[in-house]
Amino acid sequence: MKAIENVYAARSKKRPTSSTYIRRLFSDFMELHGDRRFGDDTAVIGGIGRFQDIPVTVLAIEKGTDTKERIARNFGMAHPEGYRKALRLMKQAEKFHRPVICLVDTSGAYCGIGAEERGQGQAIAENISEMMGLKVPIISIIIGEGGSGGALGLAVANQVWMLERSVYSVISPEGCASILYKDAALADKAADDLHLTAQDLLELGVIEKIIPEESGQSVFRLLRKELAVTLPLLCQKSGVELAEERFQKFRNIGVYEER
Amino acid sequence: MFQFKRPRNELEVFLRQGTKKSPTVPDEMFTRCPNCGTTVLSDELSENQSVCEKCGYHFPLAPRARVQLLCDEGSFHELFANLATTNPIDFPDYRKKLRLARLKSAEKEAVLCGVGEIDRQTAALFVMDGNFMMGSMGSVVGEKITRLFEYAAEHRLPVIGFTVSGGARMQEGILSLMQMAKTSGAVRQHSDQGLLYITVLTNPTTGGVTASFAMQGDIILSEPGALIGFAGPRVIEQTTKEKLPQGFQKAEFLLKKGFVDAIVPRTRLKKVLSRLLSLHTEVNGNEGD
Repeated sequence: MKAIENVYAARSKKRPTSSTYIRRLFSDFMELHGDRRFGDDTAVIGGIGRFQDIPVTVLAIEKGTDTKERIARNFGMAHPEGYRKALRLMKQAEKFHRPVICLVDTSGAYCGIGAEERGQGQAIAENISEMMGLKVPIISIIIGEGGSGGALGLAVANQVWMLERSVYSVISPEGCASILYKDAALADKAADDLHLTAQDLLELGVIEKIIPEESGQSVFRLLRKELAVTLPLLCQKSGVELAEERFQKFRNIGVYEER
Repeated sequence: MFQFKRPRNELEVFLRQGTKKSPTVPDEMFTRCPNCGTTVLSDELSENQSVCEKCGYHFPLAPRARVQLLCDEGSFHELFANLATTNPIDFPDYRKKLRLARLKSAEKEAVLCGVGEIDRQTAALFVMDGNFMMGSMGSVVGEKITRLFEYAAEHRLPVIGFTVSGGARMQEGILSLMQMAKTSGAVRQHSDQGLLYITVLTNPTTGGVTASFAMQGDIILSEPGALIGFAGPRVIEQTTKEKLPQGFQKAEFLLKKGFVDAIVPRTRLKKVLSRLLSLHTEVNGNEGD
């Protein structure tokens, strides 16, 4: 299968969005709103619930399921206040020793005047830094699109998983094609060149697990199974251990030569 | 024959690119200020630290020129120069682009790291190079900056970092994005030891660098007029179809919005950094008691 087909599959409107995952994976979910600084970003859903019997904090980027909701959710492109809401709830999770589960599905952080005025770069930078130090387990699951810094702002995790047809990239193939090949129509070539499929990322050592989508079993069921194994294992570790392991995982990513 | 032909073509490409006048390579006697249009003697411009005397425009500065302005004479020692870029995801034309960037910048990668003294105060320094693939961050840039923070933590040194970047380097795909996490982790570990990190944002600082170590300084300074943002202005205009306000994403705008501590002209920078370092030495000194 060509990489660009995965890109289209990841963006497909038929694909379940975060709210479906929240409903299918967690019980007693209660949404918590606002960043306590500026406002409430509707592109990011945050809240607490239960995975089996473990209380968890859930942070999810939501694209919306119909046109009306997609507009209301800003098509899953978060503003700084979305990242700051996520950070507030992560710190809250740390206080109450709750693991954090992030569901990532975004073409990227929003590019707009307000987003820049309120420090989009600073908000993501702070999330990355704070997630590095967080003393509770973090699992991030890319369920659709993992768009660059906007995705990474919720994906500095002990384990990063990807659904089989999801993609995770430094730039969209269209963006890459228009900048490097001067032709946005070459997106299919760029998709190959960028190595953005789940299989690519597993091979590059960036993610830990691929969740099959076409195995005949439901994705939700497979995810429940994986979480049921991994979450208790991570919960046994100390906060310091978790932060150190998380740092080491990212510390080791990168390819270079020493001459 | 092929082996002969290829570099010659590259050089031709390079020479064509090289027609843009750069004050850091003063092969021309005169330089025109792109801001006010004044023509100045290149020598005079260099003497004024590549700042236009008429309008105060800050020309781009090559990393070694920056170090020379900043550090006490002969005090700078480069670190991690042995790290070399490969083509980890076999991205088309990446090797060629790297070769051209090396020719253009006379550097091996987009960041220079080392240790130097500012008024006899030792600091770890990184200086990005906008002339090297727009200061983009791939594995080597990420690794060098990470190692610098680790070195500084081990030797209990402050870090001063000069940023200029178009963001994460597309040609290394997801590995470039991950450098944002890696560098941020290293900044954090350095910070957890109570050590100082000052960033100096220079024109332009955008994308993945803004969204990681550029914005993580204890103190964030900027050169006047520098463009600083997450998304570039053209992308924002295309996305929102809105006209951007005057001065949008300039250092002065970020100061007003609360995202930088101070704007410091290049000609005062050494003095300001020296003072900031001296204000932090006592705190560090007391920690050992």
